[in-house]
Amino acid sequence: MGEFAIVIERVVKRFEDVIAVNDVSLKVVRGELFGLLGPNGAGKTTTVNILCGLLKPTSGFVSVGGYGVQRENAKVKRLIGVCPQENAVYPYLTGAENVELFGNLYSLDKDTFKSRRDMLLERLGLTQDARRKVEKYSGGMKRRLSIVLALIHNPQIIFLDEPTIGMDPQSRRAVWDFMEELKKEGKTVFMTTHYMEEAEALCDHVGIIDYGKLIALDTPKNLISKNGVDNLEEVFIKLTGRRIREEI
Amino acid sequence: MNFQRINALTKKELKKTFREPAVLFMIFLFPIVFVLTFGASFGGLGGSQPVYNIGVVNLDSAGCSGAAQTLIEALSNTTLLHVHVYADNQTAQNDLSQGKVQAVITIPAVFSQSLASYYAAPNNPGGWVNATVLLYLDKGSVVATQAIPPIIQNVLAAFLNQQVAPSPVNVQIASLIETRQLSAFEFMAPGMFTFASIFLIMMVAQSFTQDRENGMLKRIRTTPITPTEFMASQILSYMLIALIQAVLVFAATYLMGFKPAISVSTYILAFILVLIFSLSNVGFGLITATVSKTSNTATGISFLFVLPQLFLGTFVGASLSSTMQTVSRFVPSYYVTDALTSLFLRGASITSPTIILDSAIVALSCVAILAAGIVLYAKYFKI
Repeated sequence: MGEFAIVIERVVKRFEDVIAVNDVSLKVVRGELFGLLGPNGAGKTTTVNILCGLLKPTSGFVSVGGYGVQRENAKVKRLIGVCPQENAVYPYLTGAENVELFGNLYSLDKDTFKSRRDMLLERLGLTQDARRKVEKYSGGMKRRLSIVLALIHNPQIIFLDEPTIGMDPQSRRAVWDFMEELKKEGKTVFMTTHYMEEAEALCDHVGIIDYGKLIALDTPKNLISKNGVDNLEEVFIKLTGRRIREEI
Repeated sequence: MNFQRINALTKKELKKTFREPAVLFMIFLFPIVFVLTFGASFGGLGGSQPVYNIGVVNLDSAGCSGAAQTLIEALSNTTLLHVHVYADNQTAQNDLSQGKVQAVITIPAVFSQSLASYYAAPNNPGGWVNATVLLYLDKGSVVATQAIPPIIQNVLAAFLNQQVAPSPVNVQIASLIETRQLSAFEFMAPGMFTFASIFLIMMVAQSFTQDRENGMLKRIRTTPITPTEFMASQILSYMLIALIQAVLVFAATYLMGFKPAISVSTYILAFILVLIFSLSNVGFGLITATVSKTSNTATGISFLFVLPQLFLGTFVGASLSSTMQTVSRFVPSYYVTDALTSLFLRGASITSPTIILDSAIVALSCVAILAAGIVLYAKYFKI
């Protein structure tokens, strides 16, 4: 895999007359937790979708786990786990059935699947509700289940698009702890978030993207220091402005 | 091809069908309730034949001693008919308009004279006096328009064949086979298999657009499943759903008295035809999902495919005008219903030209429609 788990080189993504990602380049070191921050519609999810192979960049190159995402998409898919922005879980299945489905999609054998399932449901506090249909779950529970689905096959590189959105503080804290453990296990995590506190607490490096352009890239500590402010949220406001934006 | 993935997605799709009340209703309960209700209304529960009230106006100048009286007796002897003799046409028409009788037959003044002219010169058709028996039907009754004409025709045909052949009496009623043994429901039963399957279009379109709307399709695409495996799982799911549906519809029609005396191989062919037709409906569903942005839109647009197939190719189309009968040749459901009718009602063999032709058209249209659906969906929404 080399030193870098994720490489983005001069990537541009254009949707008709809108440039969603504009000449973005960055590298994520293997085993680090990287946070991509930005206002609504800044290009975060588009970047994640390009990295997962869901969108083809208009120009530029991306590699994940040492494989070109466009050319070697099948290999990339085996390496990554994706928790998308929306709660993409089947409401008519139980939590356990959703997990089983994804275990099968990753061709896990029974023993591996059972141990992963039990561990993940336990860690994310869903064991008690695993036999309930997901349509009865709260938003936070669906979010946690979505994370379980992303991790069931023990991926090396994990994409989490706003993983803690809609969670109560307790759930959010539990997910943070879990993400810390993932990092200790040597997993590479690429996450987007609106919660600056989350990024400041968890991320080794953060990138701030606005209007599709990467306008800052460093450790949270350095960004705070360079901008002469007290925390990452102030950095974010300073760099992206106070204007309220509509999501595209 | 990874069968673990295909199996997992197939099971998921089946669970969805059985757990979502709206889907369950549309795919299984609606056709069954429909068949049971329709069967109870028109089929004659418990195997008893329905009896239709018909009026007869005898205008024959020969009066009660003529051939017309013999015809009336023949009609009365039919267990399917209860005959009321009217003295004048106006009274009979009044009763018909009020629903007291479901049909009125007028025997023309020249009826006996027509038969007599034949007897006088059986080898000289030019010398015959032609007669036309008129049949008035209750146009508000599906039963009257669908079931009575073949019954009357058969009685007339039987009567005339005993008397003379060829006949100087003009009979202009469409021919149907085994009229005496079939109820109105049984005539329509083959179309009910087609009818039930058509609603798969809506289900497939809704399922794909819902999965797209809630991000599931995108999420599935981040897993190692290949487009071929994904489509195979979908097709397998809907084949199984269609098979269950066909079995349930058959059970319901059987319960309502539809018991065709056909061989096992004929049943198998019938079910295969329904399954192939269901695949073409999956194709229509995919085309619908391609052009629909939301599941609500998909529901609406699916009717563009559902309604023509429904009205032109199932039991609903039994009384189509000649123009619409020509148009109906362009919908796949017509050929499925035609083949099922031939197999179930007409006693056609599975190797008869009609069945082979219908089967070939159903199979070819299925391949074309399914391929179009997959290609279009894959082009506009990556699988």
